[in-house]
Amino acid sequence: MGLFEKFKNGLKKTAQQISGNLESLLKGSVKLSEATLAQMEESLVACDMGSETAQAIVREVEEAMKREEKADSDLLVRHLREAVLKRLLKTDSNWVLPNPVVVLLVGVNGAGKTTTAGKLASRFSSDGRKVLLAAGDTFRAAAEEQLTEWASRAKVEIVRGAHGAAPSAVVFDSLKSGLSHGTDCFIVDTAGRLHNRQNLMEELKKVVRVVEKAAPGVKQEKWLVLDANTGQNAINQAKEFNREMELTGIVLTKLDGTAKGGIVVALSEQLGLPVRYLGVGEGLEDLIPFEPKMFAEALVPDLTVNV
Amino acid sequence: MFDQLTEKIQKVFKNLRGQGKLTEENIQEALKQVRLALLEADVNVETTKLFLERVKVKALGKEVSLSLSPGQVMVKIVHDELIQLLTPKDKNANKLKFAPAPPTLILLAGLQGTGKTTTAAKLALWLKKDGRRPGLVAADLVRPAAIDQLATLAKEIDVPIFKPEPGEKALDVCLRAVKTCLQNNANILILDTAGRLQIDEDMMKEIAEIHQKLKPTNIMLVVDAMTGQNAVNVAQAFHARLPLTGLVLTKADGDARGGAIFSITSVTGVPIQFMGVSEKMEGLEPFYPDRMASRILGMGDMLTLIEKAEEMSRQQAVERQRTTKESGFNLDDLLDQIRQLKKMGSMEEMISMLPGDHTQKKQMAANAPDEKKIKRMEAILLSMTAKERRFPQVLDGSRKRRIAAGSGTRADEINTLLKQYDMMRKMMKKGSLMGKAMNMMGGGGMPGGFPTGMPPGFPR
Repeated sequence: MGLFEKFKNGLKKTAQQISGNLESLLKGSVKLSEATLAQMEESLVACDMGSETAQAIVREVEEAMKREEKADSDLLVRHLREAVLKRLLKTDSNWVLPNPVVVLLVGVNGAGKTTTAGKLASRFSSDGRKVLLAAGDTFRAAAEEQLTEWASRAKVEIVRGAHGAAPSAVVFDSLKSGLSHGTDCFIVDTAGRLHNRQNLMEELKKVVRVVEKAAPGVKQEKWLVLDANTGQNAINQAKEFNREMELTGIVLTKLDGTAKGGIVVALSEQLGLPVRYLGVGEGLEDLIPFEPKMFAEALVPDLTVNV
Repeated sequence: MFDQLTEKIQKVFKNLRGQGKLTEENIQEALKQVRLALLEADVNVETTKLFLERVKVKALGKEVSLSLSPGQVMVKIVHDELIQLLTPKDKNANKLKFAPAPPTLILLAGLQGTGKTTTAAKLALWLKKDGRRPGLVAADLVRPAAIDQLATLAKEIDVPIFKPEPGEKALDVCLRAVKTCLQNNANILILDTAGRLQIDEDMMKEIAEIHQKLKPTNIMLVVDAMTGQNAVNVAQAFHARLPLTGLVLTKADGDARGGAIFSITSVTGVPIQFMGVSEKMEGLEPFYPDRMASRILGMGDMLTLIEKAEEMSRQQAVERQRTTKESGFNLDDLLDQIRQLKKMGSMEEMISMLPGDHTQKKQMAANAPDEKKIKRMEAILLSMTAKERRFPQVLDGSRKRRIAAGSGTRADEINTLLKQYDMMRKMMKKGSLMGKAMNMMGGGGMPGGFPTGMPPGFPR
């Protein structure tokens, strides 16, 4: 099974929910009733899109359908998908990983930063980059051991410091050592932190400053690692991390279950934050680049498609 | 950041002032606001629908007492209903159960990254502090270094740990731990299992087998406070394979409202037992339904405040209204209010009960009237004669000097107080006394209203 299929499979249930609802709702009716609109909104809210975004999308679809000559359910799906896609496309789509680059993975506890670091390392390494993993999570018990295991699976270098050491110091050492050995892709794992803990945010800002100092001129990608199971709190998370350190993207993890990750539609719309990768499993290869069109299709599939 | 439900509902009812009853028509808009608040808190769409039905039934025909606005009555109904649904019917349902013969087993299950390993260690420390002898079992053989993580934590809190030996599977290490724990000074075992997706058949089989073979007394689902709409699917699937006995809400020290756990408990009937509230090993607390209800609605412990105010209003409203009618708002009333303020607890405590994020609260605390100043105001008022308090216009220079000497203050402080009293009196002319007082206490448009709504009567 391809990775995208895996992701699509995970979304099957939502897909069925959204489209199934729409089909039954539209049968024989010419105009979108209040009940139809309400149900459409609920389906969107059920994928964690948030009621604000869901309502906006429903209004758009309603307007679009008014301009149509007939109330055809395929048309409804198309407009719905377009409304979702429009939001996901608010961000640039011609992005390529800079070279050289420092990728900083940040996020709340348990989002999947360490696993993502391992997967990214494997991916970038097989793209021909010289990758180094920096064990910047010096707080969580055995986080370094976990990253070391990923480094050996991905067959890349790792630099780790003493447990409990200042993360900025570990990152500094990693950069110095990597730069002198021709590394062009640094992936920095950091400790999970809740975005409302100011002192921990300061610690993270220090890491950003240290990177600027140790690797001047090297482009930094600062990605928020976000669990696809996350609800509306993702907005607060993204806002706070973005405010403190100007995020450049999102990695959406754990999309292999029944979580929909609809929150990224809201994030893309409200903060213009692009999703870069999707995590779809626990294996080294289970990471796919994000494609807005495919994601929108997976969220709102064709009615005729046998889901 | 925090959408104030009370404020919104208050606005809805603004045009309906003077209505003594909640009716189908006048609560429609309020219910919409409640719906939005619940969805924003990640309460499941279906759960929200059912909940609103319940609230509607409770609200219809409800009398609105003199002391509260319809908005406050509505919020209170919503809050009470949430508490009721969050409180298990069986009083002891939210406590850990102990097996008749040791060891007692506690099985932790959940999705990846919800905080099972950390919770396992916290729970062990909690039990240890309770004078019991817990042991940890590392049964997560999937995540790299999960065993190391648990071993490190076990060492930190000084609790025995049972680790898998080469070739052992999760079930094997659990069985061996059960056999050997008593001679290793542990009679309660906490089984830390791998995170798993509820649709991963192999992994679900693994944990179902552990359950069948070991029959743990406690089976707890660990739920991240930030979880969204998917939570109910996950919990139901776990519950179908393992009869859950309790829920643990983790990462509750964040600013997530945690509505998902409400959906889970109301759909499955499984009680919430613990909350994880910090990264420290001590950061585990028993679950309190009332706090959770306020949190879901995004309003701190404001309901406690409303209740306190309501209580006082019952005692004093009648007497007060009579006084007010006779002579308008006088210094006796001000003294009354100051005493009420003091009764409600310290400013800091009150602010901590209010909704809003940390920064907001710090700002509020800075703007709140100084307790010392409040005490001085009380002293000034107490140094006045009854007549002076009832008819402040008699206060002349000589009386003021006497009062200053009596209360250990200065004449200009008395003037300031009188100026503030004057402003307050004008404000009080509109609307009921208690209603206004409530606004000042935070019953109205909080928290924005706090720094501005409060100070007219009080020094900064």
